[in-house]
Amino acid sequence: MHPVYYPKSHIAPAARLYSSMQIDLTEEQKLLRETCREFAEKELRPNARRWDREHRYPADTVKKAFELGLGGVAVPAEWGGAGMDNVAYALAIEEISRGCASVGVTLSVNNSLYCDPVLKYGTDEQKERWLKPFATGEKLGCFGLTEPQAGSDAAEQRTTAVRKGRSYVINGTKNWITNGPVADAIVLFTMTDLSKGTKGITAFVVDTTTPGFLKQKADEKLGICASPSCTIFFENMEIPAAQRLGGEGEGFKIAMSSLDGGRIGIAAQAIGIARAAFEEARDYSKVRKTFDVPIAQHQAIQFMLADMATELEAARLLTLRAASLKDRGLRHTRESSMAKLFASEAANRVADKAVQIHGGMGYSKELDVERHFRDARITEIYEGTSEIQRLVISNALLK
Amino acid sequence: MFEADEHQRLVQETARRYAQDALAQVAAQLDREGRFPAEQLRELAELGMMGVNIPEEYGGAQAGAVAYALAMMEIAQGCASTAVTMAVTNMVGETIVKFGTPEQRRRYVPELTSGRFAAGSFGLSEPSGGSDAAALRTSARRDGSGWVLNGEKQWITSGDRAGVIIVWARTQPGSGSHGISAFLVEGGQKGLHLGKREDKMGLRASSTVSLAFEELRLRADQLLGEEGHGFAIAMAALDGGRVGIASQAVGIGTAALRASVKYAKERRAFGHPIGDFQAIRFMLADCDTQLEAARLLALHAAGLKERGRPFSREGSMAKLFATETANRVCDVAVQVHGGYGYIDEFPVERHYRDVRASTLYEGTSEVQRVVISRDLLKDR
Repeated sequence: MHPVYYPKSHIAPAARLYSSMQIDLTEEQKLLRETCREFAEKELRPNARRWDREHRYPADTVKKAFELGLGGVAVPAEWGGAGMDNVAYALAIEEISRGCASVGVTLSVNNSLYCDPVLKYGTDEQKERWLKPFATGEKLGCFGLTEPQAGSDAAEQRTTAVRKGRSYVINGTKNWITNGPVADAIVLFTMTDLSKGTKGITAFVVDTTTPGFLKQKADEKLGICASPSCTIFFENMEIPAAQRLGGEGEGFKIAMSSLDGGRIGIAAQAIGIARAAFEEARDYSKVRKTFDVPIAQHQAIQFMLADMATELEAARLLTLRAASLKDRGLRHTRESSMAKLFASEAANRVADKAVQIHGGMGYSKELDVERHFRDARITEIYEGTSEIQRLVISNALLK
Repeated sequence: MFEADEHQRLVQETARRYAQDALAQVAAQLDREGRFPAEQLRELAELGMMGVNIPEEYGGAQAGAVAYALAMMEIAQGCASTAVTMAVTNMVGETIVKFGTPEQRRRYVPELTSGRFAAGSFGLSEPSGGSDAAALRTSARRDGSGWVLNGEKQWITSGDRAGVIIVWARTQPGSGSHGISAFLVEGGQKGLHLGKREDKMGLRASSTVSLAFEELRLRADQLLGEEGHGFAIAMAALDGGRVGIASQAVGIGTAALRASVKYAKERRAFGHPIGDFQAIRFMLADCDTQLEAARLLALHAAGLKERGRPFSREGSMAKLFATETANRVCDVAVQVHGGYGYIDEFPVERHYRDVRASTLYEGTSEVQRVVISRDLLKDR
């Protein structure tokens, strides 16, 4: 047997000065990252512990973040956004979340779960009213998919929208709605046909001041305490049919496509939290002494830090790759799920080790690591649990 | 970002087709017989695989470090033993190109890339020292214009087949890493004695031997780089070598995952293909995710190397993560196959043995963590 597929001479190209495997950030992406890093350092890090303790939504600071263009990073300028791409968006959310994970998710929800579906499925009229002010950051959006009986299994939802002339009448309950208590509008998923399962789901965009839109008190949570979420009741809420996003029965597709992007945001948030925890642990290990030397000189500590940094690097590459696929309009469901699964689980391992390296101080509210540990935990749960990500990935693998 | 260009894809496709059409068909037999893949290596040389990142003027494919990593991932899916032999030969060729004189390059590198030399070897580890390379004991003493080499090396991949072996020896007694020099020992030189061929758990078709040097006379032109610069040459070679081993590990892991996906769809239990059970699906999803991360780490490090940027830390991260991931993946593959994963009728039993070496050679996982943490903790 003598297989020659491509003789050597056919392979040999001229020496290239460029490798596409390199992460080449554009100047614009680098600038946004730098801006977000400074903002996090100046506005977020010094205050995040207090906001967490007081369970306070930092409305003024979120406004300032919006002024930097973080309301709709990947929304085109004509619709009020920053007109950048999803790689820039991922870099921004990482930096913001390194300063405050709560602000990170506030922005991520507005970008990925509110603006993105309105941009993708909205009519120009809808975009004028429900995208522009949200991408510029005058207003804040939220996303209503989860219900008390239906989290991972979206087909089980029971909020109904019944057609009545030129309107729909909506009844039901949504819960865990991030930004719910402070949002101005919601991308809301309902059943227009209960017999059709996921094919009976229809999306709407609704102002939160609509009669029948009843916000409940904010949830008490383990972490991301400065990001308010709540349950919302809909009682005979009547809205014009013109507020339907996409066609009847298209809701599931809209939800899944939004979550493909949202998962990039949450992966980036997880990386930001983990990076904060890692950097604090690294710095602490250089000053804290045991047995007469800084603990950074003990191999047990060094190796924990090496593993943390390696996992962070892997998580970031997965996330930027998913973002880059989305930017090129390529399917990225599997890659977004991989990024979200890996980054969120890695973030929890990293935050756990950061607590360990800090010892008792890692358990104290005097430092930030205990907050990172609590904040990281949600990333394995929302926008699809780790188990849902494994479903998505294994479906692609075993199809 | 992260996409192979046309040339890189061509190299990858060439490697994939050879790996699947030729290597995968003989890998089990080579393993069982412990047979060195001499014929396969010659064919790979014809395809440009023995000098993927070596300039054309020395017979290489000049396709870059990323193309090399992509090729290695493919070849290792076919036969991990052939892949490691290819990896070491590429590393030796690249090291001579980087540190050798024009005369040394012309003398040795075309022999490696053409396959006229069956392989190249890398002689750093010794019986008493692997990870702690600065403590090596092999010595080279001045003798006229040349040198006389004495000592022993161990775990030398292809040491009995190599046309050229880079051997590290102490040229300044009693010194640390600064007294080490690198030499180009030629296969069959007088004074070069082959020790026993190791009987290994895996990678059984690759040849691993110990070497002894007894008053082996070296010409002046067999010194590689400057006297006393050997340690730096070794570390630079290993930075690139680690990207190669990371890629090899990704390849072995990918082969094990593919075999497991196929098996999970065919094998039935409780009235269903076992691929219908979430316990199986989720194990495979984790393998796929971690392999994807390992692949990106390896390609990222290769991309840095290709641009001439520092990549020590990234190379170590890629090697650490990819090899440990590949070990977990192969373990899962055996589990998914049940009893069939434990017998040699299915390839996963071989993958499981082959992959175990990857966290050991070219720097153990522990050495990678030393490299990474040193970089993280240095004061900036």
